[in-house]
Amino acid sequence: MSVKKFMYINRKPPYGTVYALEALEVVLIGAAFDQDVSLAFIGDGVYELTKGQNTDAIGQKNFSPTYTALGDYDVKKLYVEKESLEERGLTLDDLQHLVWEDEDDDWAEKDSIHLVSRAEMADVLDDQDIILSF
Amino acid sequence: MASIDVNGKQIEVDEEGYLSNLNDWEPAVAEVMAKAEDTELTDAHWDIINFLREYYEEYQIAPAVRVLTKAVGKRLGKDKGNSKYLYELFPYGPGKQACKYAGLPKPTGCV
Repeated sequence: MSVKKFMYINRKPPYGTVYALEALEVVLIGAAFDQDVSLAFIGDGVYELTKGQNTDAIGQKNFSPTYTALGDYDVKKLYVEKESLEERGLTLDDLQHLVWEDEDDDWAEKDSIHLVSRAEMADVLDDQDIILSF
Repeated sequence: MASIDVNGKQIEVDEEGYLSNLNDWEPAVAEVMAKAEDTELTDAHWDIINFLREYYEEYQIAPAVRVLTKAVGKRLGKDKGNSKYLYELFPYGPGKQACKYAGLPKPTGCV
């Protein structure tokens, strides 16, 4: 089986609809198939990665810790659109610090989140074989 | 809804035997589930069960077997981080069986 480039686009806030959680589950399931996986966070999707989420008042599970497991699943490329962050008054510091461990580099922790401009995001998307939008 | 008897207490499980409510878990739950499958829990089993509970606490998911194997190898030693070792402990599948005993939901991606 040849390796394809899979891109999962996240556009929704984490709660209020089931898109964000469903996307994350699909990514984790799909990670078993050894494909080249990337995630993009655009628009309100950038809220999915924010630190300090608290869901007590809405009675739902806070699944944001699960994003920190993505590195274990060999999902190492999370592209966050810079303009989307800025439009919402957010910076990289407002997001969780997500890393993956490089087995070939003595398990060094490397950043998973790549901040890209809207124009760069277009190039990243153009480079994919399969794009799934949530 | 099905349930299991743990020291006289009825604890609700789903149709596959996983706990309906994570908070119902106590070590005796694992003992009762293991006994029903003719498995005797040793310290080696408990290492994995406790590891899974910690993993769930941290990441809010039950790890896929591949991820479990890698993580066990890293935390408990290379001799334990392989599927042969894990399958010997949990012949019904380390993901499914150990997660069940640990009171976790079925691993994401496990069919």
